[in-house]
Amino acid sequence: MADFDEALAAFAAEVGPDGPVCVRGGGTRWHLGGEAAPGTREVQAPAGVVAFEPAEMTVRVRAGTPVAELHAELTTAGQRTALPERAGGTVGGALMAGESSIARLGLGSVREALLQARYVCADGRIASAGAATVKNVSGFDLCRLLVGSLGTLGLVGEALLRTVPVGETERWVRLAGAEAGAVRSCHTAASVLWDGTDVWTLLSGYEVDVDEDRGRLAALCDCEDVDGPPELPPHRWACTPAEAAAFDARNGAAGPFVAEIGVGVVHASEPQPSRSVEPGVVELNRRFKERFDPTGRLNPGRDPLRKP
Amino acid sequence: MANTLAAATRRVLGSRRRGRGAAEVAGAVDAGDAALVADLVEAIGDDRVRADTAARYLASRDASIYREGNAGPVCYPGSTSDVAACVKVAIRHGRAVSPRGAGTGLAGGAAPLGQPVVLSMTRMDKLLEVDLDNGVAWVQPGMVNLDLSRALAPHGVHYAPDPSSQAVCTIGGNLANNSGGPHCLAYGVTSAHVVAVEVVLSDGSVVTLGDVTAEPAGYDLRGAFVGSEGMCGIATAVAVRLTRNPPAVCTMLLCFEDVSDAAATVSAIIAAGIVPAAIEMMDQRCVRAIEDFAQAGYPEDAAAVLLVEVDGPSGGVAIASERVDGIARRNQAISVRIAADEDERARLWKGRKSAFGAVANVMPDYYLHDTVVPRTRLVEVLERIYEIVDRHDLLVLNVFHAGDGNLHPILAYDSRVPGTDERVQAAGREIIEMSLDMGGALTGEHGIGVEKREYMNRMFTEVDLDQQSRLRASFDPYCRMNPGKVLPSAHSCSDIGALRAADAAGVWG
Repeated sequence: MADFDEALAAFAAEVGPDGPVCVRGGGTRWHLGGEAAPGTREVQAPAGVVAFEPAEMTVRVRAGTPVAELHAELTTAGQRTALPERAGGTVGGALMAGESSIARLGLGSVREALLQARYVCADGRIASAGAATVKNVSGFDLCRLLVGSLGTLGLVGEALLRTVPVGETERWVRLAGAEAGAVRSCHTAASVLWDGTDVWTLLSGYEVDVDEDRGRLAALCDCEDVDGPPELPPHRWACTPAEAAAFDARNGAAGPFVAEIGVGVVHASEPQPSRSVEPGVVELNRRFKERFDPTGRLNPGRDPLRKP
Repeated sequence: MANTLAAATRRVLGSRRRGRGAAEVAGAVDAGDAALVADLVEAIGDDRVRADTAARYLASRDASIYREGNAGPVCYPGSTSDVAACVKVAIRHGRAVSPRGAGTGLAGGAAPLGQPVVLSMTRMDKLLEVDLDNGVAWVQPGMVNLDLSRALAPHGVHYAPDPSSQAVCTIGGNLANNSGGPHCLAYGVTSAHVVAVEVVLSDGSVVTLGDVTAEPAGYDLRGAFVGSEGMCGIATAVAVRLTRNPPAVCTMLLCFEDVSDAAATVSAIIAAGIVPAAIEMMDQRCVRAIEDFAQAGYPEDAAAVLLVEVDGPSGGVAIASERVDGIARRNQAISVRIAADEDERARLWKGRKSAFGAVANVMPDYYLHDTVVPRTRLVEVLERIYEIVDRHDLLVLNVFHAGDGNLHPILAYDSRVPGTDERVQAAGREIIEMSLDMGGALTGEHGIGVEKREYMNRMFTEVDLDQQSRLRASFDPYCRMNPGKVLPSAHSCSDIGALRAADAAGVWG
């Protein structure tokens, strides 16, 4: 059982046992899954890195901590997490949105990053899920359920995250006029982006492997080193990897786009048409919400089914 | 997707006979179950239902030492619709349902409690579809783990989780226990490799949790379902992630005169920012047992050996293996051997994977434990294990996933010696409690089942367990699926009600 933590207790007291409440992080994904219902009280999770253990490859961090600030600390030991860095975006916000970073091929998905969570339940009490080890089966997997839940089942105050080593060498390369599948042979590709015309890839790993992949790409097509990824259009579409790789066929509805190849996320200029969800899944979502938050007080107005 | 899969399953399985009555189903039928068995036969055919003592006896146990399981009629569904039909019949008769795969579970998760209808998933063992464009394969839950990787081999991909029992255990069982294996150090456990599951819920309805898209809509029900030990529904088709085979692999055997040097090497490798595909540790008693049994070429004079595998692009593999070599030597390794070819690599792994079988040469019985500790505390944890086992006058063989701190102390004993079982239980209890005191977890990959159910209170508060119970009840409000597992009795909602008073004497005689 986790130790008593003053910051967490204060957060729970602020959330209290009743009344509609929503939690604000950096506000970078504030509109995801719907707007906060009018009259909802805003609270903020505590901030700060509690314990970083490089040899364990874990970090315990309070949910209100900006991801960039966390990563600045982890970088000192050559590590980071799978959470995406958005200007001002917090750890709690990234977990609740559940959206992976563009380097998902290299860093893994956000949903695998959470090892343990301490959160405030709908009744105002503090619950703990998961365990403090990199591998753990600890009964039903509440951590997976919390990631991407938009704070509608519980309000995360503290997270124990898995860290990953940063590649010794990281290098963005742009391949002019390349096909989406051009980078398939490169094992160091941590990100592959394609706008229908050019491909950008982040090669990450040991220098010798990155250089080899860079050489392989240069033999295939016209490629140049660049500072970073292209600018991403504002709307996020979720689709299958196969759909992402063949995305230009649907260009009409999306406008200019950047597709994450090998992942299945497309950054498009227009919002994604609503996805059809089978009735059984809708019903299960309803049952989870009802069981975990019977009065509907946690982040009212938001619904993960309405996430694009 | 659900419909397509059900149709595919039907095509695979073809037609079946129906119509013979319950009385003609092989063997004797518990008189109280005659109507239930008749309905099951009506639902899925007489060749798919057994109610005789032998079938029920076999379905009453798994590979754990738990012996209190008690199966009702055993069904062998061939399709999703068979599973749904069985669940509906069971509910109509007020009975619970317990699924099982190969029965290799080590925590009693597949031991049926209260004479439920048992669904043996072994006939649903087909590879339904390999979808390379989306990097997934759809498989039926009864498919054996190793069969899947063999079937995928021609495509240059594999299924990463590789439990030691992979030659017999099933994908459905792996899913239920969120199973691991040596290569989960770098690749992650089952949950990271399951992208979607077709599930029959406790009302007999069929729903697909998760999908092949990057981020499915709604709550991560797939994630909530994986590791739920058959208590949230029955998986009938699983979309698993395909992992590309690494271009290069280097397998190394590091030998040490002192166990603590080996443990310190593990921490030093991770601290150096190297994440090998696997780091396995075996102590001297285990090495000797393995050599007697499998002749893997491990040095019997070493106090401990580490089997380390690094993989990835060839340049990095060369660098990482050189660094591992250096770290080992700085930690007093007496020898470092690098597998020269695929044969030698296979032999080194054969040793590791046959460790549990090798115990049979040491003692007639063993109790395999599974806890996790912070990997930086391995040295002191191992010292404590030896101390506990000595004090209880038992033998221990340590073989485990050192890289992620996942311990597998094997207590070897002879249960015919009076008082031994009690000492084994007492030592096991101390090992579990010590692991938790070190900041560890109850289990890394074997699950809670019935074995560790009552330890959940030691790790979690009432509030925590209440939250877990809500997860389960969201899937199965009436607690009809594999009742009585994972949650301590006070938290298992109406599990108690679902457990039919077992008429054990009448069944077993």
